[in-house]
This record gives sequence, structure tokens and C-alpha cells, in this order.
Amino acid sequence: MNRNHASRDGVRLADHPFVKDLPAALVASMSRIAVERSFETGELLLREGEPAREFLLIVDGKVALEVATPERPRLTIQTVGPGEVLGWSWLTFPYHWRLDARALKPTHAFSVDSDRLRTFLNEDPANGFQFLLHLLPVIAQRLENTQFQLLDVHGS
Amino acid sequence: MPYVVRGQTRETPDTVTLVLSPGPGAEPHPFAPGQFNMVYVFGLGEVAISISGDAEQPDRLVHTVRAAGKVTHALTEMTSGSTVGVRGPYGAGWPLSKVRGKDVVIVAGGLGLPPLRPAVYEMLRQRDAYGRIEIIYGSRSPRDLVYYEEIQGWRALPGLRFQTTVDTAGRDWYGDVGLVTARLPDARFDPPNTAAFLCGPEIMMKLTAQALTARGVPEDSIFLSLERNMKCAVGICGHCQFGPEFVCRDGPVFPYSEIRRFLAVREV
Amino acid sequence: MLERSGFPSLLAALRQHGYRVVGPTIRDGAIVYGDIREESDLPIGWTDRQDAGKYRLERRADRALFGYAVGPHSWKKYLFPAHERLWTAVRTDASFAVRPEPVEGPPLAFLGVRACEMAAIDISDRVFGKAGDPAYSAHRRGSLRVAVQCGQAGGTCFCASMGTGPGVRKGFDLALTEILSPGRHYFLVEVGSREGAAVLSGLPLAPASQTDTAAAEAVVARTAASMGRSMDAGGLRDLLVNNPEHPRWEIVARRCLSCTNCTMACPTCFCNTSEEVPDLSGERTERWRRWDSCFNSGFSALHGASVRSSTKSRYRQWLAHKLGTWHDQFGTSGCVGCGRCITWCPVGIDITEEVAALRLPAPPPAEKKP
Repeated sequence: MNRNHASRDGVRLADHPFVKDLPAALVASMSRIAVERSFETGELLLREGEPAREFLLIVDGKVALEVATPERPRLTIQTVGPGEVLGWSWLTFPYHWRLDARALKPTHAFSVDSDRLRTFLNEDPANGFQFLLHLLPVIAQRLENTQFQLLDVHGS
Repeated sequence: MPYVVRGQTRETPDTVTLVLSPGPGAEPHPFAPGQFNMVYVFGLGEVAISISGDAEQPDRLVHTVRAAGKVTHALTEMTSGSTVGVRGPYGAGWPLSKVRGKDVVIVAGGLGLPPLRPAVYEMLRQRDAYGRIEIIYGSRSPRDLVYYEEIQGWRALPGLRFQTTVDTAGRDWYGDVGLVTARLPDARFDPPNTAAFLCGPEIMMKLTAQALTARGVPEDSIFLSLERNMKCAVGICGHCQFGPEFVCRDGPVFPYSEIRRFLAVREV
Repeated sequence: MLERSGFPSLLAALRQHGYRVVGPTIRDGAIVYGDIREESDLPIGWTDRQDAGKYRLERRADRALFGYAVGPHSWKKYLFPAHERLWTAVRTDASFAVRPEPVEGPPLAFLGVRACEMAAIDISDRVFGKAGDPAYSAHRRGSLRVAVQCGQAGGTCFCASMGTGPGVRKGFDLALTEILSPGRHYFLVEVGSREGAAVLSGLPLAPASQTDTAAAEAVVARTAASMGRSMDAGGLRDLLVNNPEHPRWEIVARRCLSCTNCTMACPTCFCNTSEEVPDLSGERTERWRRWDSCFNSGFSALHGASVRSSTKSRYRQWLAHKLGTWHDQFGTSGCVGCGRCITWCPVGIDITEEVAALRLPAPPPAEKKP
């Protein structure tokens, strides 16, 4: 369910915490191509193995990142909420999603087409670098979370 | 001091909350939130366990115990009417009098919640003496959460937010999954006028203290409850030393400003 | 003043006053502490030669009673025994009853307490006193300290630089200085307490002359001048606490076997652990405590893993506690300069050498040669 306006109930993509301090021109470009997406509880935002074609900026709701393996029940390894972002597999080969992302409650997000976004970032490497600098802490935090799961700090 | 088991609640598959009352010849047991007891099982030995009940009910001693070694295993299997030995209370608890008038952020990891519960009781009893109360509770999985029913009651209280997060979960969990520090941005408090009580795995407390100071909470307003190997509880066995501190006697609760330099040293 | 021939009367008087006399005696090639029933139990005419990792008994040219330094034992053997029952519990209907360990036996008279050992007992009094330890105070209560001024320094002694000796200045009940001059062997006896004075009544004492006093002082001065080692004790607390990453810790850890000998021999090391010893019937159980050591891998165990798994961290914990954080905890250094940890280290690690190395700034990282 998509709508072609980067503003919902007066909320603009430019207000999303992720784009704060990004170059204004880049934010403007992203706003032009962003669409809103809404997801019902239980609906998949991203499906593992499918081509990665969008960058999602969560406005409200809650999304579970799930790992599915045949041997065990689905496992949620992290939840992502308002102000956070989702999906960067479109930046790295082979450009398909590595996890399932499922809405745990009604969720709204801005979706930015990743082919066009990548074009922006390639055309202006300074913008591209700034974008990566914003994305890197998100990836680092995800990695830290994984380290803690590996440590099982609460376990023993 | 003999104490008699009066009730037991299974919190999780390996964790039980015991309610004890003074046995013959034992006195009621006044304590301060954050203190601990040495609990003895006949023929097996003694372990340090934080007190997790209400300080206003000294004749109702509450301990939440996870089966880890032989003594704690025996404690989680105790039936009503059994007798255990109790020495204590020991240690310095949460400095509640110092944090009056402030917003209070409480971050608990795993079995870090039980030693904080008496502090929550105390703050709720004197609700007007404190500002906002933000509680973040992290656990390994949804089934490892303790005090589940009671937490639902706390969630309904005004001026108190209780966030729960787990390391991993199945499809039946609709709460948050991730680090306790990932929940901090959602907590509302006035950093310069905020105190924080942290209890849980040391690495979790360290990261949380760093995140809180980054947000402007003063280092001397952040308090950590440390865990070390404790045998005697009176500063004579040497096991629990942490830099110059005997965790049993000088702690277990320390201001972050005092122990930060030792937390940074490996294998201290 | 007590002539050598009158010495047995001192032993007799200690016993008459109800004391169990313990002091130096030879066992297994070392001077250790044990019961002294008669003067022949003392290591008469023996001395010790000590160096890092070395201890040998040798014959003296004379018949001195106290002509040696300290051996592997210290008085903590009596005040804080290596293995000791704290209490016993017996099962009752639905409960159990705890019986505290009875306080039994005559008070102890420690014969031949050296200045460093006086300091060590004072430190232990603080450590155990602060914890209100009933077992320690039961052993310590009513005990008598018969000090001996050291007539010679051992090869690993450094009490002079720690400010604890070699002269015994205070706290003693009686203090002896053994004086061996050509043709005469006698003791200058100083009284430090009412209990000490009581023991002396009836002994064949003569007033000390100025010459005798001067001779006694010369004994201590000579010992002070012949210390085997020295340690710069200035600013030690900060040095140890502020240098947790000094490269010297790695270097000493390569030699250290983590054997715990230093902590066993140290007169002030107090770390211990408690053990539950139930009988087979399950009706009776005993609580014991035994010496433990910060060098043991399980010492700092938390949830099954050791907080200090490396030898480096254990050696650092020991030394930084002994010379550093001990000040924070008890207002004094934990080291009295007795040298036992040097002598009894199987690889000869020398605490004075380690401290000197820690005082040197860390060398810059070695440059790689192309």
C-alpha cells in the first residue's frame, strides 16, 4: 500500500532523525522519490532472498528482524522502531535481503527507491560518503547487538 | 540465623523467588534497598544473594535465586517449612536519599532486577520525592523475565515508563529485541538532574553508563551494583576485591565516578 | 639483664603464667615455628643463608639462640591457621543448630617475634579486627609477644627500608636483645606491658648498665646496616594503582608460576576460602576455612569463569594490593619487608626488584628493523 507523497500527517522525510545533518541537496533528492508505506501487524516489510530495492525510514510502529532456519522456530534478533532505518543490502552484492523484517504492530515508513538513491550517491561522492557515515553507526550498533547475543551476557 | 521458607514462586525455569520469615530465635531483618544476605543451606554451603523484597516488611525476607551452583540449586528446590541460615544484611545499597528530587533511570539486566526492586518499592512509596522514573529491563529471552505480573502493574502507573527488551525472541514476543542501550533514546529525563541505578552484567552496565554520560548525566549520579566472587561478606576473604574496594563491604553499589578507572582495566 | 644461664627460667616463667610457648625450632631443614618445651628446642648455634629462591641452614661459630632471620613460617600460623574449623551444625527436626567453635587452650606466648613480625601482627590485628573475625580474636586474645631484636639481617631482608625494623620499638610485652661478647652471652630485657612485667617477676635479672644498653643498640644498628635488600617505599600506593598496564607485569608473569608460595609465606596475606564438610550421614556438617591465594585460578571465579585468568593479572593483583590498595583498605602497607616472598619463590622473583622496575618509565616500543 503505497502513496506517492513524502509526507504523512504533516510528517516529512526531512524530519526523520536519520537524515538530520545529511546534505540538504541529498535530503531534497530523497524526499522527491520517497513514498510512504504502511504495514499491518504481521506483514513482511522485507523477505529474505528477495532483491533489495528500497531503503526504509521507520516513522512509527515496530519491526522485528527475523532469522528463519529449517531446524528451529523463527528467531527475532532485533527490533527496529520509530526514527530508525532498515535495509542496506542494496548497497552490497548480491543485492538481496539477508533477513525477514516483519511488522509487530501497524507500521509506517518512508521508502526510498534504492536504484535511484544509489545513483544520487554515485553521482555526488561527497553526498555518498556522508550517507555512508550516517549508515555506519546503524551497522555498528547491529554488530554490537550481535556481539552481545554471542556473549550471552544474561545467560549464565 | 534460622529462617523458614514460607512460600516460593517459580519465576522462570531456573529462577525461584523465596519468601522467608524469621525462625526460632531469629530477629526480623531490617535492610536497605540494594543490600544482600549470605544464605546458607545445611551441608552444602553459603551464597551471597541480593534482597529483593520490600524494606518496609522486614519480617518478610524475599530472595530471588537462579539455580547456578549446588547451593543455589538447592535453594530453588526448597519447600515450605524448610530452614535456611541467613547472615546479613551486608553492603552499601542504593543511595536513595541522594537522588531525591531527581529523575531516576533504572537499567537492569537479567537477574539485575531483583536487587533493584526494593528501590522501586521505596520510590513508589514516596512517589512525590522523585521525578520521572524510567525503567529499562533487559533479559536473555521473554521466558527469562522475572516479576512479570508485577511489572504489568508498574506499567500502568503515571510518571513511570517500564521498557523491556530481550536478546532474542520467538514470534510470540511483540516487545523489543536488542540492547538496553537501544531503549535509552526513548527514555525521557532531564540529564543534569537525573540519577541512574544500574545492575546487571558488567559490560552492559559499562555501556549504559557511557551512554548516560554522553547524554549529560553526571558520573557521580550514576550508580552501579558490581558482582564479584563473595565468600565472607565482611572483607576478610579477599575474593571480591575490585581495585581498592571490597565489593561485599564497600559496595556492591558504587558511584560510576569512583570505579570508572578500574572498570577500564582488564582482569582487574 | 638476663644471663644466658638464666634463659631456661624465662621459659619456665612463661609456662608458669599459663602460656603455651611457641617459637623457632628446626624441622625439615628450616627454622619454623613450633612448641618450645625446653631451650634445646631452639635452633641453638644455627643460622640461615637466604637469597632469592634459596634457603640453607648453616652452623654458626657461636651458640646464639636467635642468630638467624625469619623462616617460612610466620605467626599467622597460630593467629590465622592454614586450615581451621569455624563451626559445626547438626540437623534437628525440621531445622539445624549451629555450634560455634569453642575457645580452648591456654593463651599463646610468641617467643622470638622479630620487628617485621611485630608489624605484621599489628597489620593482621587491623585486617581481622575491621572484619570482626571471631576466630582470629579468639587466638589473639591474651597472647604475649616476646620480641627479639635481630642480631643479623637475612639476605632477603628489607625491613629497614619499609620502616618496620630491625629494631622493635613498641607493642611488645617483652623484648630481648641477645648480646654475644667475648666471654659473655646475655640478654638485655625490656618490658613493654604489665603482662610482660608479671612474667619477669622472680627471674634472676640484674639491672642493665649503660654499657649493656649501648651494646644492645649497637646490635640493632649493625643489623640495620647489613640489610640484604632495600625497597624505595615512597609513593608506592600511587605507583602501583596508577600503572596497571606497565610492561613489567608481562615480564614478571613470564617467570611467575602462580604457585602461591609468596602468599602462603607472607605474614600478612589473609585471603581465605570457606568449605562445607558434611559427614556421610547428613546429620552433621562442619564449616572450615583454609588459606586461599589470589594466585589460584578459581580465586576470582564468577559464574564459572575466572575474572583474573592471566598470571599477569594475578601477580598485579597481589602486588598492587600488598603495596598499593592495602593503604586504601587498612591505612597501612601490607608489606613489612620480611623477605619471605623472595626467599620462598621457586623462581626467585624479587619484590624489591619488581618495584624498582615498575618505577622506571615504560620503554618506548622497539622499532622494527627493516
